[in-house]
Amino acid sequence: MIVELGHLALILAFCAALVQAVPPLIGAHTNRPQWMALAFPAARWQFVFLLTAFACLAWAFLQKDFSVLYVAKNANSSLPWYYRLSAVWGAHEGSLLLWALILGGWTLAVSFLSRSLPFSFTARVLAVLGLISMGFLMFMLFTSNPFERLLPGAPDGQDLNPLLQDIGLIIHPPILYMGYVGLSVPFAFAIAGLLEGRLFSAWTRWTRPWTLVAWSFLTTGIALGSWWAYYELGWGGWWFWDPVENASFMPWLLTTALLHSLAVTEQRQAFQAWTLLLSIFAFSLSLLGTFLVRSGVLVSVHAFANDPARGIFILCFLAAVIGGALLLFAWRAGKVLSIGRFEVVSRETALLFNNIFLVFAAAMVLFGTIYPIIHVAMGMGSMSVGRPYFDLMFTVLMTPLLLLLGFGPVLRWKEDSLKQLLLRLYKTIAIAVVLGTAFALLAFAPRSLGVALSLSLALWVIGGSIYSIKTRLRNRRDLKSVLLSQPRSYYGMLLAHLGVGIFVIGVSVAVVYEQHEDVRLDVGESQQLGPYRFMFSDLEELHGPNYEAQRATIDIYKGERQVARLFPEKRSYDGGGNPMTEAGIDGGLIRDLYVSLGEPVGDNAWLMRLHYKPFIRWVWFGALLMALGGVISALDRRYRRTVEAKATVKGRAHVA
Amino acid sequence: MWRKVLFTVIFLCFLALMALFGYALKRDPSLVTSPLIGKPVPDFSLPLLSDPNRTIGKPDLLGTPYLLNVWASWCAACRTEHPLLVQLARQNLVPIHGLNYRDTREDAQSWLERYGNPYDVVAFDEKGALGLDLGVYGAPETFLVDRNNVIVYKQVGPITEKVWVDVLYPKLVELQKPGQ
Repeated sequence: MIVELGHLALILAFCAALVQAVPPLIGAHTNRPQWMALAFPAARWQFVFLLTAFACLAWAFLQKDFSVLYVAKNANSSLPWYYRLSAVWGAHEGSLLLWALILGGWTLAVSFLSRSLPFSFTARVLAVLGLISMGFLMFMLFTSNPFERLLPGAPDGQDLNPLLQDIGLIIHPPILYMGYVGLSVPFAFAIAGLLEGRLFSAWTRWTRPWTLVAWSFLTTGIALGSWWAYYELGWGGWWFWDPVENASFMPWLLTTALLHSLAVTEQRQAFQAWTLLLSIFAFSLSLLGTFLVRSGVLVSVHAFANDPARGIFILCFLAAVIGGALLLFAWRAGKVLSIGRFEVVSRETALLFNNIFLVFAAAMVLFGTIYPIIHVAMGMGSMSVGRPYFDLMFTVLMTPLLLLLGFGPVLRWKEDSLKQLLLRLYKTIAIAVVLGTAFALLAFAPRSLGVALSLSLALWVIGGSIYSIKTRLRNRRDLKSVLLSQPRSYYGMLLAHLGVGIFVIGVSVAVVYEQHEDVRLDVGESQQLGPYRFMFSDLEELHGPNYEAQRATIDIYKGERQVARLFPEKRSYDGGGNPMTEAGIDGGLIRDLYVSLGEPVGDNAWLMRLHYKPFIRWVWFGALLMALGGVISALDRRYRRTVEAKATVKGRAHVA
Repeated sequence: MWRKVLFTVIFLCFLALMALFGYALKRDPSLVTSPLIGKPVPDFSLPLLSDPNRTIGKPDLLGTPYLLNVWASWCAACRTEHPLLVQLARQNLVPIHGLNYRDTREDAQSWLERYGNPYDVVAFDEKGALGLDLGVYGAPETFLVDRNNVIVYKQVGPITEKVWVDVLYPKLVELQKPGQ
């Protein structure tokens, strides 16, 4: 019964989305306020129905209702309840439902927080969100219904993919989806602006906090995903340039560009058309990413073979959303055009180059990701471009971007003088280079010029931010009130840039000085890696709730002193499938020690991989700082002032 | 003016992308049956991956059914399939031979060191010559070959648990029955 209720709720959600989309669009066009007003209650009902549907599916999982096909495929009775719950979004159908629910949530937030916007504009924003939701709900109802029955019901289900049985995978997808789906809001704002035919001056002030929040979620989601890959996959890597990662990275790059372009549009009324285009593209790529990854066009071109209907639907939906948005842009963008004037040396120029580098980077990632398909299409056989291409391209594109970034916070709008700028900053530059080089040469062996360069760059990025805040404090007596009077968006920016610096330090040290060794060890044997001695002390059997495991005890010594004891595991899950590696990790600010078990060889011997990873945590820490910077910027007073009007506390809590 | 040009370029890229995906969708690789099914493995003689001075040829493979897995270190999907191959190799159900396809010796060897080596032997097909004869158009591909070197089945794309359990293993059991 409950399951049918869920199915019904899904159908009702579609109806609500229809009401939210179509009448308000017509109403806004023909100027009928009652029609436009429909969007608001419809958005709320849609959310209620989606929540109901989601709860029903979750209930089916918790009750182990194996007469539901999706449940039977993704959970069995020995799975602990929290994994049964997270299994709701563990596979295709359920993750779509989560997507739709989150879209409903964002829509709800917009409907509550946008009271002070022009009425027709808000109605259009909600209508566009409704259209997107309709597409998703249709896709679910026609091709990927999570409530499909399996009659007669299975006595027990298959297991959830063991890779997904992990706390990281409980929280990672919802956060990433918050980011992906959140980009629909700037997209809807852009489309509504184009439909309206004008961008009123508050437009950017409206779309910016939404973009910032979505971007922060996306950043956190990507960082979490990378962290999860690091400790769960057992390869010790944190970024693989595989299509799944690229799919989240491309929208991230474009959204980063969008944030900076929005800054120009807000402060200087320039780059308007470009900002609109970026809003469209950021969401398009997030759609592309979600679909391609979930349905596997990119991972392996073969996944659609099971159900061609899905593939065709997706393609049509993508074509309609992206193509429609682009055509609308071509038709209307001329009307919203305004070109602010600025000189060659100015913050506008710096941000323009920021945008160019980021968009190019996104384009290169896209090209690298779909290259295998192109290759096949041109009849040249399968080929993937792989890591060297991405690494090279990123070094080339990101180096000038980082160079520029140090100047960013210090540059003046409209016009600055290069000579003045260098006069102001030469000390900072010198300090960054000297410190970076000294640190790279003294702290690490063997010495590497590349690391010296990238550390200098990172310190330069950080130094530029420090210089910027120093100048704001100069000649002011009352330090506290000056610090308090700076807008939050300013601190957010500094924090995010600081995050970039820390991220760069982490990446450059971790990549160059990482060490690993694959060894065969018997119990009692040990192996030296760098300054550390890894000792295989013990091996035992372990019984988990739904798996059997071999657990090794590894004691790590530096000299005579024991620094860590790790317990890497190899698990075989009852549901079958490949044995899973649970790495043993000793984390630290300046290094991680990491052991993963490979294969057993002989009675007490194992092939295992030992890692020494200096500064690896800085990578994720930097990313989290960026996300935090985004959140703080979004909380800036000037955005709230516009919201303040009638926003309810409930609504605001939802955005946070 | 430049704005129009830029926009046209973007729109053309978008159309090309859609066309490409359309093509990728329509091309359903699992339905492409190899014209080689039922035919003998082409004659070949290739150096071993592990030792350039030794070669392996078709007669070396006679006598027992085997899997011939086409892989390369640059192929992401091969990595997905690899743990399963390693597991199968451990179960000793069938010899798995590797055909390292358009790769470099160094990359391939370190890849095997890293992810484990499930193969009895690996032939090193640097130019993709045997790959061409076998009609390989993407790695990974896996051929199931009977004891007389006749190709029985071809799997395009990674072997999954499902493919193994539903398709390859039943066929293999058939082949391994005495007197076949």
